[in-house]
Amino acid sequence: MSVNGSQRVDLEVVANLIPPRSRVLDVGSGDGSLLELLQDTKQVDGRGLELSQRGVNECVARGLSVIQGDADKDLEFYPDKGFDFVVLSQTLQATRNPKLVLDELLRIGDRAIVSFPNFGHWRVRLSLFVNGRMPVTKDLPYSWYDTPNIHFCTIRDFVNLCEELGATVEKATALDGNGQKIGLSMPWWFWNFFGQQAVFLLKR
Amino acid sequence: MAAPRAGKTNNEADQPSSPVLRFGPDKPLKLDAGTLLSPFQIAYQTYGTLNDARSNAILVCHALTGDQHVANTNPVTGKPGWWEVLIGPGRIIDTDRFFVICSNVIGGCLGSTGPASTNPATGKPYGLDLPVITIRDMVRAQKMLIDHFGIEKLFCVLGGSMGGMQVLEWASSYPEQVFSALPIATGARHSSQNIAFHEVGRQAVMADPEWHGGKYFDYGKRPEKGLAVARMAAHITYLSEAALHRKFGRNLQDRETLTFGFDADFQIESYLRHQGMTFVDRFDANSYLYMTRSMDYFDLAADHGGRLADAFAGTKTRFCLVSFTSDWLFPTEESRSIVHALNAAGASVSFVEIETDRGHDAFLLDEPELFAAINGFIGSAARARGLTS
Repeated sequence: MSVNGSQRVDLEVVANLIPPRSRVLDVGSGDGSLLELLQDTKQVDGRGLELSQRGVNECVARGLSVIQGDADKDLEFYPDKGFDFVVLSQTLQATRNPKLVLDELLRIGDRAIVSFPNFGHWRVRLSLFVNGRMPVTKDLPYSWYDTPNIHFCTIRDFVNLCEELGATVEKATALDGNGQKIGLSMPWWFWNFFGQQAVFLLKR
Repeated sequence: MAAPRAGKTNNEADQPSSPVLRFGPDKPLKLDAGTLLSPFQIAYQTYGTLNDARSNAILVCHALTGDQHVANTNPVTGKPGWWEVLIGPGRIIDTDRFFVICSNVIGGCLGSTGPASTNPATGKPYGLDLPVITIRDMVRAQKMLIDHFGIEKLFCVLGGSMGGMQVLEWASSYPEQVFSALPIATGARHSSQNIAFHEVGRQAVMADPEWHGGKYFDYGKRPEKGLAVARMAAHITYLSEAALHRKFGRNLQDRETLTFGFDADFQIESYLRHQGMTFVDRFDANSYLYMTRSMDYFDLAADHGGRLADAFAGTKTRFCLVSFTSDWLFPTEESRSIVHALNAAGASVSFVEIETDRGHDAFLLDEPELFAAINGFIGSAARARGLTS
């Protein structure tokens, strides 16, 4: 279910937020890259939830603990605080009900880590401004009618949603087009303009 | 094509051509029916070598009409073991690496105590005097076998269909003794439709005049026609509409035109008749009644106050479930509900649904994706268990 497979520069950033031997649920675990990285480098107890059956079967064949399921439907079956970290990487914008999904992540995990493409990035804004059409960029390659990304948001939108859900932002990182972190001291508006992706560490 | 005839199964019931473990009056088997079974025996096969730490044992649980001959030539049919595609030297479940155990279930007819076994009280086969056997009874007996081997924790318990039910029961009843569990094409309960199909099969057996209220041994007869019909009906449920049509279509059997009679005009009819006839050569009719009943009675959630997650509370067992898209006996939803329960219990669980048109029986066939999943799961579990390859 990780929708923008080619741009997983956020993986390292996400992995660095997770201490060794944590219990981790990766929602939208895709081909299992993050789980494998965490298992190899952090010896985590990792589980995955993935929408695509092919992705799941490949993960299981590689020895990862992954089930087929839908972030919109299947998170309700997990117990409260069953994991130290629940990761939603590049998937939030593809869910039907992002608010409910985020709420579930905060319930299931002691902490939630969410990464998403920032629709407020200057290139997106420019594309819409200049062309007057839904932006199609290198990193967001779909046309409006076939995109799995049905709920794009900007970094500021996301911060608002976190406030609405009573989640505390413990850490936030914006990445530029090269996957480089943007300086920590910058204000939200700056991140929202220059951040191509954002990674949030949340707690409630 | 013709398998050894009647009588042979009867010998296998008391004197199986595999190792057998006999439990005397001091070690009765406690049955869910509320009675004790004693004396009783378990017929089993093993493959490979138990390591010094006794940590490399895999228990394979067989399905409704399976037996302990999982990876050797079947002594009754002369055919390869029923899971030889998966289990053997150098296979996915490598018997050069693992110690594989497979036992005939209690109630079966290949050497573990069942209705075809001689009742020591009468000197005649038990017939219907044997109490109804449940999945949990079968597992309880297997536990006694495992204890006999001095195995404290099984590395893996796996099986499909009724075998999968036993896997779930093992994981629920003896969580500390199951390191990993691999239930395939199964459910945590038998659905109403499945009970219905089983009832059709049982009624077919009982409607055969040669059944004699289960005492056919007394008459030197066997309800072959009834059992064959039961097998024919059941066999349809193991396949899928698509696979049947792909294999047989409306093709005619050894003829150019319809005969306007009730011969086996169609290939599918001929095929089913053959399935029915060969089955009665290897299986005891009463045992078929007991086996089907054990599945009907299985309801793991009901055993835990109606909440399936409670059957697995606190489990540390690593689970992998597998279902097949065209399995209408145990559809994917059955596996998914087990997965949800395991999630709720905080268990480590993988779940693979495999796309195939081969129906329920796909678990017995050469399915590369099934093998890849089993290989990945067993491999990672072996690393976690500290078993070197």
